[in-house]
Amino acid sequence: MEKKTRSQNVRPLDKDFGRAHTKTMLQLSGNKKSPEALLASLVDLRKGDAAILDRIDMPTEDARRLMELGFVPGTRITAGNSAPGGDPRVFQVDGSEIALRRDTARRLKVRPDKHAKPDEPHKPLRTPRIA
Amino acid sequence: MSDCSSCHGCGSAAVAELLRPAAVRTVALVGPPNSGKTTLFNRLTGLRQKVANFPGVTVEQHTGIAELPDGRAVSIVDLPGIYSLNPRSEDEQVAYDVLHGTRAGTAKPEAILLVLDSTNLARHLMLAAPILALGLPTLIILNMADDLRNRGGKLDLRKLSHELGAPVTLISARAGEGVDEVFDFLAGAMAKPLPTLLPMLHDVPKCREWAGVVGSKAGYLPPIAPKWTRRLDAVFLHPVAGPLLFLFVVVGVIRTIFMAALPLSNAAQMAIAISGKWIAATLPPSLPTSLIVDGVWKGVGSVLVFLPQVLLLFLFIGILEDSGYLARAALIADRTMARVGLQGKSFIPLLSAYGCAVPAILATRTIENKRDRIATILIAPFMTCSARLPVYALLIAAFIPDRHFIGSVITAQVAALLGLYLIGFLAAVVTARLLKSSVLKSAQAPFLLEMPSYRWPTVRSLGLRLLDRAKVFLQRAGTVILLVTVVLWVMAHVPYSGGKEPIEHSLAGTMGRTIEPLIKPLGFNWKIGIGLITSLAARETIISTLGTIYGMDPDSHGLDLQKALRQDLTPGGAVALLIFFAFAMQCMSTVAVVRRETGGWKWPILQFAYMGVLAYVGAFIAFHAIG
Repeated sequence: MEKKTRSQNVRPLDKDFGRAHTKTMLQLSGNKKSPEALLASLVDLRKGDAAILDRIDMPTEDARRLMELGFVPGTRITAGNSAPGGDPRVFQVDGSEIALRRDTARRLKVRPDKHAKPDEPHKPLRTPRIA
Repeated sequence: MSDCSSCHGCGSAAVAELLRPAAVRTVALVGPPNSGKTTLFNRLTGLRQKVANFPGVTVEQHTGIAELPDGRAVSIVDLPGIYSLNPRSEDEQVAYDVLHGTRAGTAKPEAILLVLDSTNLARHLMLAAPILALGLPTLIILNMADDLRNRGGKLDLRKLSHELGAPVTLISARAGEGVDEVFDFLAGAMAKPLPTLLPMLHDVPKCREWAGVVGSKAGYLPPIAPKWTRRLDAVFLHPVAGPLLFLFVVVGVIRTIFMAALPLSNAAQMAIAISGKWIAATLPPSLPTSLIVDGVWKGVGSVLVFLPQVLLLFLFIGILEDSGYLARAALIADRTMARVGLQGKSFIPLLSAYGCAVPAILATRTIENKRDRIATILIAPFMTCSARLPVYALLIAAFIPDRHFIGSVITAQVAALLGLYLIGFLAAVVTARLLKSSVLKSAQAPFLLEMPSYRWPTVRSLGLRLLDRAKVFLQRAGTVILLVTVVLWVMAHVPYSGGKEPIEHSLAGTMGRTIEPLIKPLGFNWKIGIGLITSLAARETIISTLGTIYGMDPDSHGLDLQKALRQDLTPGGAVALLIFFAFAMQCMSTVAVVRRETGGWKWPILQFAYMGVLAYVGAFIAFHAIG
């Protein structure tokens, strides 16, 4: 029922995934292509999009709190409805729906979910893969 | 609620210890937020529960007695909702201390009831690891069995119990299904959990992995996503329909409170007037009779009349909260909160401040950021609380014509009430902005808000809520308001003249006339002045005070309160009085609770002065603008 350990290294991003974001970051960083700049965040997901949480760029205590609510790296996250204007947005994660503000969502870096089908219903009991 | 606010060190635990027979077991109820813990607590204890604070901290302690079938009693402590046992916030610290037996005044529980949401078992099982590690006898209660079944989820209870080394039961606290098994556990031998392999408790990903493995070994099939929640969210969180529905709900609630409760209040008023006349006719005319009829009956009775409106308000708050809409409303309102520098978490305390500021201020403890918390405490009393409602309702009914304003839905009276709710809210927003851009500036904490599935509110839980609120309301009427009314009646009769001298020359009259020069610019006379003084104890006391004064004054003796008020106030003065009540901090319980929560007199004094100045200036402008 769960996918066993996939490749442990950082996989290259899908071409279209988070392109706008990446482009801006590349423009800002000039020639220095830091690996961070290549990672998209939850902000880049539109309603119905899903991705795998890669890491949380936050102080330990804040990150713990997020993890206790289900935002454990390796978990699949789907973007849901939002307040008018797109902020805050509800994310479906680990069987619950949690709303995050844009400035929090920006610090949750994601990588594309290779096995995602568009609008596939969320699977709550997937044991997260631990990096 | 507020009754214990001035004496938090009063040793309530010692009292509880005396009341409790020595052999009673203490059992702690633990679980994450939204697991249905409180519903189960209500099921187990019914009306035999009480709310106090854990000694020394601001965390509310709900304790209750569960009566077992064999007649024995078990004391149940409902701990704050927690996601883990890592003490970080005050709530979690209390849960941690109680479970380890290190919190003074609370006996170490002999057993634990761990409540988890069966529809989201994998994540909720994470909490089982630290709880089982305590080594206390534990019953793992998987709640929301009906939801799990209806949405096609299942699991093998025996296997799960084997994996965890502790008994597991599947119940629905809402429907009352399976609660017998909880009673059986409480009545039984309560064995310690068998040793099992638990993950490193400080490693959240490891805990989550463990929970996932345990879940799949127990054959847990998670239910499909709640279809109706998705459908309803498509409407309630629609970019256009969502905010419109939000407005519709707010306007609808206020309109219904005013329109539907009015006939009820009128009927109650009539009953009190008729019974007052009957008492006056039955008893011989004497001074004690006057105290009973004019002092107590007219005074306290005129406040009691507003019980239906206050209960209706709490009924709506209850429905919004229990159905799950409140979290969506918080989401929609978050942008506004962010703009004034507050986080969305401040929204829930502020919303409950529409009921009463005291529990709202207690609810701010969930805000981890201290500066945000103080800012929220300082603006909470601007929200139109239920004690203002009677004052507003009386003045609006007496002075605002019952005319159409916007179509037939919003009459001028409803519009006036909406306007008062709005200026309170605006005052709060502007104040928050000022505070957050100056003295209480801080970095923003991450905003996290869980959206629970929509559920039908149950009659049982709404009933318990209303009963609780009615008790609080009647308690206030029977203590603070009764006392102030009797003191006022005495002051209105001193020096005693046998009714020859007008009240103006009594002690109360002198008091009113002393402050008259100060309030004359607002359009208030000395009678209203007496009301303003007594309303410092609690806002609605002004009604009982005016009821008593008008009842004793020969000019207005036979008139009802509305007509008597129209003799005394110009329309401009009435609007000024409404504005004054919208802004002023006339509530001793709130002052006391702010002092305790902020740990000193600095903030409550500042808050009282600020709100007082705002009230005075606002009323002054209103009186002179309307003339």
